[in-house]
Amino acid sequence: MHDAGKIIPGLAFFLVLATAPIWYNVASGHGAVVPEIEKPEGQTQCVADAAFMRREHMQLLLEWRDEVVRDRARVYVTADGRRYDKSLTRTCLGCHQSKANSCDRCHNYLDVQPYCWECHVDPRGGL
Amino acid sequence: MAVNRRRFFQLTGATALGVASSQVLPAASEERSPGPARPADKPLVGQRWAMAIDVGKCREEEDCRDCIAACDKAHNVPHFDNKKDEVKWIWKEPFEEALQNQSSQFQAERLRHAHVLVFCNHCDNPPCTKVCPTQATWKRDDGVVMMDWHRCIGCRYCVAGCPYGSRSFNWRDPRPHIDELNPEFPTRTRGVVEKCNFCEERLARGEQPACVVACKEKALIFGDLEDPESEIRKVLRERPSVRRKVALGTQPQIFYLL
Repeated sequence: MHDAGKIIPGLAFFLVLATAPIWYNVASGHGAVVPEIEKPEGQTQCVADAAFMRREHMQLLLEWRDEVVRDRARVYVTADGRRYDKSLTRTCLGCHQSKANSCDRCHNYLDVQPYCWECHVDPRGGL
Repeated sequence: MAVNRRRFFQLTGATALGVASSQVLPAASEERSPGPARPADKPLVGQRWAMAIDVGKCREEEDCRDCIAACDKAHNVPHFDNKKDEVKWIWKEPFEEALQNQSSQFQAERLRHAHVLVFCNHCDNPPCTKVCPTQATWKRDDGVVMMDWHRCIGCRYCVAGCPYGSRSFNWRDPRPHIDELNPEFPTRTRGVVEKCNFCEERLARGEQPACVVACKEKALIFGDLEDPESEIRKVLRERPSVRRKVALGTQPQIFYLL
């Protein structure tokens, strides 16, 4: 190879430059940051355990939606017998006071845009 | 596991402390979340919901809009300046428009000049639900002609299907046109049809429809037609009533007492 002395350092420089954001995040510790939702003060229990809610809350909300609107089944009974109103605004946001620090924080991080709030209204102001 | 005397006293003490602190702690923390709302225990249950409207009583105050205002506030009904964009749940029509087949030039003066409340008739044989391609609207077993706004694709077949003009289409984003936002009820988006839902969300909480409660004249009577002792059955037994466009066979369930 002619000009190996220029090409190889050039390639190495390019690789370092292209992956610089990754190294920067690793070095500064930002790379591993995962959004943490704000836990409601004074509340210890959700309608299901945290792992389930993290994984399945969207499915649960879709089920609640259909059951309330179509079947008039408005009361959710948890596995251990607690009763809840199947309501995004009254039950979920009853505990999780801040939509911005609960819903939006993760959704923004993951760049998902659920359309709940195009119709439903945040009870503590703001559309 | 055996509990000895010492362990018993430890547990008793811990329990007492726990009970005492649970009474005290919530008051101490100001930012404590209020927690989830309690589910409603006593919904209003009926087999065939219907409404009777005393046209005479309603007429007394021509400018009265109490029921309309209550409905609009309860359901986030938008107000547009352009009549073409209008969204209506409950509104007033001149007598000869609302009840054409009861109208003639010889009709009693008090009726001829009356303005009649009109809204979804919650028909027993609703044409709107039959034309909906997505089952976004259907008749519930208690007679409420219900809408699922999540499913509405905005095709407006139901608007065309309803012979009473009870359905409105959101041509524009309704949110900026809502006077006072009620967070207890969702708004709609552009491209969705809406109409009176017989206050099914209030029935679920055990409350009468908002318009019925708002009427100072008690001109609106809501009740279960299948219950012979209900107020609506009583009033329909005692007084002559008419319905809108019965010849179409839609079986409207809003009765007008003349």
